[in-house]
Amino acid sequence: MEKRVTFRGWWLPVLLIAPQVLVSAVFFFYPAGQAIYQSLFIPDPFGLSSQFVGLGNFKYLFGDRFYRAAFGTTAVFSILVTLCSMIPALFLAVIADRLIKGSGVYRTMLIWPYAVAPAIAGVLWLFMFNTRVGVVSWYLGNLGYDWNHVLNGNEAMGLVVVASAWGRISYNFLFFFAALQAVPRSVIEAAAIDGARFWRRFWTIVLPLLSPTTFFLLVVNIVYSFFETFGVIHTITSGGPQQSTTILVYKVFADGFVGQDLGSSSAQSVILLFVVGLLTIIQFKFIEKRVHY
Amino acid sequence: MKKSIIGALAVSTMLTPVAAMAETEVQFWHAFTGRLGELVKAQVEEFNASQDDYVVVESHKGNYSETLNAGIAAFRAGEQPHILMVFEVGTATMMAAKGAVRPVYEVMEQSGATFDPDAYIGAVKGYYTSTDGDMLSLPFNSSTPVLWVNRDAMEAAGVDPDTDLSTWQNVGAAMDALKAGGEECSLVTAWQSWIHLENLSAYHDVPFASQDNGFAGLDTELMLNGEAQVAHLTAMGEWAKDGKFIYTGRRNEGGANFRAGDCALFTESSAGYAGIKAEAQFDFDVRPLPYWEGVGNAPQNTIIGGASLWVMEGHEDAEYKGVGEFLSFLSSSDVQAKWHQDTGYLPITIEAGEATRAAGFYDENPGTDVAVIQMTANEPTANSKGLRLGSFDQIRTIIDEELEGIWAGDKTAQEAMDSAKERGDALLRRFEAANR
Repeated sequence: MEKRVTFRGWWLPVLLIAPQVLVSAVFFFYPAGQAIYQSLFIPDPFGLSSQFVGLGNFKYLFGDRFYRAAFGTTAVFSILVTLCSMIPALFLAVIADRLIKGSGVYRTMLIWPYAVAPAIAGVLWLFMFNTRVGVVSWYLGNLGYDWNHVLNGNEAMGLVVVASAWGRISYNFLFFFAALQAVPRSVIEAAAIDGARFWRRFWTIVLPLLSPTTFFLLVVNIVYSFFETFGVIHTITSGGPQQSTTILVYKVFADGFVGQDLGSSSAQSVILLFVVGLLTIIQFKFIEKRVHY
Repeated sequence: MKKSIIGALAVSTMLTPVAAMAETEVQFWHAFTGRLGELVKAQVEEFNASQDDYVVVESHKGNYSETLNAGIAAFRAGEQPHILMVFEVGTATMMAAKGAVRPVYEVMEQSGATFDPDAYIGAVKGYYTSTDGDMLSLPFNSSTPVLWVNRDAMEAAGVDPDTDLSTWQNVGAAMDALKAGGEECSLVTAWQSWIHLENLSAYHDVPFASQDNGFAGLDTELMLNGEAQVAHLTAMGEWAKDGKFIYTGRRNEGGANFRAGDCALFTESSAGYAGIKAEAQFDFDVRPLPYWEGVGNAPQNTIIGGASLWVMEGHEDAEYKGVGEFLSFLSSSDVQAKWHQDTGYLPITIEAGEATRAAGFYDENPGTDVAVIQMTANEPTANSKGLRLGSFDQIRTIIDEELEGIWAGDKTAQEAMDSAKERGDALLRRFEAANR
């Protein structure tokens, strides 16, 4: 039978959760409610008049093939960003974990990029790959490769993925490194005595023990690639060339703040809210089952 | 030393409240930084020093789009400035916002400041004038596209730098010669939609959109997939494929290539003058924008780009008086002539242009009057008065995307423009619905 502890009184628990409820209400429920409400209207930019259109904004969006295409772009982008930020981070963490001397310096250096704001990271990468003065594009040119992310959609996607994943590697590294330190030495030593080599130990012992961290990072990184990569895309490609780097959150911005179409923009935020909610539910339902705590 | 600073502080703190009571504050939000920002600041300071009744407070609110957004957000919060700078593509948005803006002609009438609508250059004022001929916003910085020529690059490739480049046919031939002479970047452009579609249409007197380019009503549709536009973009696409026209980006990225001497020809705003003059280490020329010989009524006149000043609703009468005085000051001949000569922007009044000519500025800086002549050579027609389309900032993005399809060779010019029309029309219908 499950053992439960029951506390008497109701005001203490209410008091204890009140700050969290308040923060959620102010920063999440209120804006989300506003977005849902506004998504049912076509307002003019100045808020002087607005027309109730019911689900008209949603109908308009799903009838737009470019909006539907943005889902595909977002999926490709977020999968790539998540992979490109987690795999190198894990690799670096494993190596750092084996270091005996100088690991402090190594760790500090690896954490640095996380301190760079996304928009600044975007400008840095844009500068390196600038088609005219970029260092990297100049070397590529010498090797006979004509880099032009201004016209080539795949190159543009590659560039925004790298620029978004770069700073994120530090963040992931930190968590992986901490998790690696927590792997009990005795287990690893026992395996070593049994004759398991490094990679064998890694696959059969370390990686499964890292799974809670990996799962956490997976959720966090997907949410990151959905929302916080806006600055990188805005500075590097503005969603182009053609629409090859227009992800959902960029379209929310473009329609709302460039197009001044607040109805469509709100409807898109609502859709985005549901997509991310759904993704998180799926992750917790299916992937979490394979996580060993 | 320390004492005198403290003393000065004490005196100034004592004086400030008195000064603030006597002067009415006028907030002016603009989008200029760098050299242009300094020039705006100088204009404001000159106005403030010229009288004691009003103080204009200028503040920079980011680029054009950001300034417009800041103005809109401020209006929704009830904290709007008196004067808001809005770029030309935001004109339809502002016009539709009845109740948020007060037309300039009304402000001038009420304030009693000197104001003569006929003093302004028709092609400049036309963009910001209602169909009844009333001026809605005050043109502030206006420019028009011209052709910049790197004479040294032409010579290096064995092409006569004085060769006639007035038509695209001639430019095409010159680019063949440039390429044969080893030039790797014959043509580069800034603001592709503005120059190669919007101005192209006006210059050839063909419509860019129905309903007189949107001047006659909100039920307008894009017509940029017409024969003249498609023919031009097809030619440009060919030039891109041959490596003669180099695409560098949606904004004015190409300016860096041209100013560094990498490219021979550059289609860019006449306001590029200050930057090119400061940086170019080569001999350059300004020529009129080329046109296609035998297409439409070319050369008609080109249209403007830039920004105008809108007066927002919701302030005190006394403050509007100050706004009127300030706008009247900005339109005065001396201020305009100086602005025109410093920046390469067009003068907004006829008198300022004449004053500049009389002062010998055009003789000393040959080519600086090309834009003025190009704008004013012919009386604007319904196709060349300007554009008034809702959501136009975003429509430009759509056009940029479709043009990139042409330059990359993914789409023909016809396919790209048909798609731009379809997508742009959808936004125009949204705008119509929002402003019904």
